[in-house]
Amino acid sequence: MQSTPPGLFRASWLVARKDLAIEFRTRTAFFSTLVFALLGLTIFFFAWDPTTVAAIDLAPGVLWAIFAFSGLLGLQRSFGVEQADRAMDALLAAPLDREAVYLGKAVANLLFVGGVQLVTIPALALFYNVPLAGIALPLAGVALLAAIGLVAVGTLFSSMAVNTRLAELLLPMLSLPFFLPIVVSASMTTARLLAGRPAAEAWPWLRILLAFDLVFGVACTLLFPFTVEE
Amino acid sequence: MTTSGSSSARVTTASAPSQGVDWLLVSGFLAVAAFYVRAIFYTPIEAVQGPAQKILYVHATSAFVALYLAFGLLGIASALYLWLKDEKLDLVAESAAEVGLVFTSVVLVTGPLWGKPIWGAWWTWDARLTLTLFLWFLIVGYLVLRGAVEDRGMRARYSAVLGLLSIVLVPFIHLSVYLFRTMHPMPIVLKPSSPSMSPEMQWTFFPAFGAMALLFVGLLRARYRLGLLRDAVAATERER
Repeated sequence: MQSTPPGLFRASWLVARKDLAIEFRTRTAFFSTLVFALLGLTIFFFAWDPTTVAAIDLAPGVLWAIFAFSGLLGLQRSFGVEQADRAMDALLAAPLDREAVYLGKAVANLLFVGGVQLVTIPALALFYNVPLAGIALPLAGVALLAAIGLVAVGTLFSSMAVNTRLAELLLPMLSLPFFLPIVVSASMTTARLLAGRPAAEAWPWLRILLAFDLVFGVACTLLFPFTVEE
Repeated sequence: MTTSGSSSARVTTASAPSQGVDWLLVSGFLAVAAFYVRAIFYTPIEAVQGPAQKILYVHATSAFVALYLAFGLLGIASALYLWLKDEKLDLVAESAAEVGLVFTSVVLVTGPLWGKPIWGAWWTWDARLTLTLFLWFLIVGYLVLRGAVEDRGMRARYSAVLGLLSIVLVPFIHLSVYLFRTMHPMPIVLKPSSPSMSPEMQWTFFPAFGAMALLFVGLLRARYRLGLLRDAVAATERER
């Protein structure tokens, strides 16, 4: 046992590890989110006539729309697990900065969302028959940037939504307008990558994604303590 | 706790408005009615668009009030609340959001009415139209959040956080939807060269902003006073 409170990064990692351990031992949320994402891929495929819309045109939008919706499922869980036995009170009473609680939760969510993406993106290549292997590396970069933006905002809103009367209904309502710039930028970048367009064409979109991550990463970390103070 | 509760209730009751005609609100409505009479009967009909162009006078002015006054005030009051923790600021933010929702709804209703004869479609995914729609979603989300939190302090903090983040989001939505092609008319009145609007139209258009802003302030004050009265009633009930 340490006698001095851990630093910000160490403390964040402790919180993240706690969340990941809970998830690893139960595995319920991860698998249901994964199945939800795969179901989404198939349902979207059958929502268009394949003779009029090519799967390659459809794929980027479907991927990032599903990313946003399945992300919400994981985010809901983030502070939901702290509801039982008022575990949140214990977490706040621990000698950790509030920012560390937020960052730890966000890192756990990032790994959660990343894990879902790790299966969903190859599944998209398989189901939609799109050649993603050639653009795997830049696509992974886009996925990471999109996931950072999504969890930055989603983790903060999750901490608020669990304490409201509407709980899980409220999270999508608050989060989705914030996901718009992420979904649009990620879809447009992916579409240009898939079409083999020069990188300069995707740059304006990537710039929005980068700025979003930076601005909301900082803003949400600073605002989180306000949502948990007594 | 009881002592401080009852004293704050007395203060609130004392600052609550007295009954009577809300002259600010009445003059706001009269000013808007007056500019609309002028817009319809004493302003020339636009050569290309015909009578449909008269929607401009309510559409553009409401958009100005919704985006700059209401939404701006929501953001500023939210930020100040997190800093100063003054309940009045929370009430200002709530009032700005509710009145702002009315003006945003007016923009969203009059836009398609104007768009149909001029663009040939009720709705287009034009940049400014999409931005207004998302403003509407943000304000609705904000008000739903307020309604879903029981505890007063928590409600104020949560909604201030959301209000502040919403303001930060607006440029991002604007940028991302702007990269899609926009078909909205570019500013034709305030461009550096001479404005492409006849003097009579300008004489209707510019005062219309003032009238709409006056109506906004009137509605905002009325809503704010309603909030004060509601709090005073709640405080009295707690005392019993």
